[in-house]
Amino acid sequence: MATNIPTELRYSKTDEWVRVEGAEVVVGISDFAQHALGDIVYLELPSVGAVVQAGASFGVIESVKASSDLNAPVGGEVIAVNNELEASQEAINQDPYGAGWLIRLRPSGDEDELMDAEAYAAHCAERNH
Amino acid sequence: MHKRTPLFETHVAMGARMVEFGGWEMPVQYHGIIEEHRAVREQAGLFDISHMGRFMVRGSQAEDFLQQMLTCNVAAIPFGQASYGLLCQPDGGVVDDVFVYHLLDEFLVVVNAANRDKDWAWLNQHSSGFDVELEDRSERWAMLALQGPQAQSLLAHAPDSTTSDLAHLPFHSVALTTIFGFTALIARTGYTGEDGFELFFEAHHAADVWNGLLALGQPGSVQPCGLGARDSLRFEACLPLYGHELSPHINPYEARLGWVVKLDTGDFIGRDALVAIKAQGPARRLAGFELLARGVARSDYPVHNLNGMPVGHVTSGMPTPTLGKPLGIALVPSTLSAEGSEFDVIIREQPVRARVLKMPFYKPRYKKL
Repeated sequence: MATNIPTELRYSKTDEWVRVEGAEVVVGISDFAQHALGDIVYLELPSVGAVVQAGASFGVIESVKASSDLNAPVGGEVIAVNNELEASQEAINQDPYGAGWLIRLRPSGDEDELMDAEAYAAHCAERNH
Repeated sequence: MHKRTPLFETHVAMGARMVEFGGWEMPVQYHGIIEEHRAVREQAGLFDISHMGRFMVRGSQAEDFLQQMLTCNVAAIPFGQASYGLLCQPDGGVVDDVFVYHLLDEFLVVVNAANRDKDWAWLNQHSSGFDVELEDRSERWAMLALQGPQAQSLLAHAPDSTTSDLAHLPFHSVALTTIFGFTALIARTGYTGEDGFELFFEAHHAADVWNGLLALGQPGSVQPCGLGARDSLRFEACLPLYGHELSPHINPYEARLGWVVKLDTGDFIGRDALVAIKAQGPARRLAGFELLARGVARSDYPVHNLNGMPVGHVTSGMPTPTLGKPLGIALVPSTLSAEGSEFDVIIREQPVRARVLKMPFYKPRYKKL
């Protein structure tokens, strides 16, 4: 199955994506990750105002099959959380780069090791075999 | 290199997501676990379970031999019927849980995929002294499961088949039939908590039978299903999964399978130990539970009593598609196993309070005549 990897985003080794929007960043999980997890049924996200560390867990995502940590690709203060997902986690499966976004951060400058789309595509391909 | 069933190429061509399971490369899902799970509860789902082991046991002492190996009363299985049974170690720990089908002058024993080699060795190792012949038919035969409330009526209209009168095939019965022109054994058995059938037939017909079953009814009447839905379906019905609810370190009484142990029908491996365990009462038991706060308990998460002492572990746990909430099964001290008892499940280092529920979570809807 072809994995959708938008070129304008950057990606973490643990399959979160980052989109820079001015002075803020938006974080979600990649198409590869949502596909690997399967139907997402539970989500635990931080509250607005929480401070997350780059590379550290900021939440939990659960499918029927597995629990998975959400790791912050960049550190910063949480300024918005996608509350719509509480009622419709399936948005993460259907639209992981759009309606399935998870949190919005004011970045602190602290960053995990991030990849561009090309490097991330290779990272996904490695795990498909 | 993982082993593959005769349907491997078919699964890949149909877009299934393949994973490793017990040494096998198997489909975990086609369109999504929840959709597949619902299809089986509401209509019908088709599973490739050719990875399971199929052993034939025959000879003048086949019945005596199996009676010695299994906890169930093999002598009481009528011709054409199947029974659930356990292979136990001398100390009562479980080697495997199996289905035994009484066929014409032979028995078919279906074992778990991950235990195929171990069980084959175990049976052979104990067969000396018996006039018995064992044959491994796992490669020669494929095995499919068509499960769900519509399974019977869909099979009734299968072309070139003799499956029109399955209403007369009782629960846990097995019969010779013709499906799409191929000879097959069909049994009213399964692992989903729904009515349904399992089919055994020559492996080289696997793709024909698979495609034929998927084409029954209207498009979409039969949903191809992977191991993900198989696990969530059996979990809701509290059917044990070897390696989780059963293991060499868990005995049948702890697993609440005392009903499968017939202590009064002659000797079998593990009987002495099980007599003693039953007399004393098992120190631990499986307990189904719900969480009283947010979270999902997963296999191997620790269980603490309310004083914070480690006392057990979760054997299976997941968000349940039919019941709509996360549930779990844990192996805990018997004192904590009664309905309403409470303990803590440690989820990511945090204790989350759990309360014991009655099992099964989902009451099976078997069709018993």
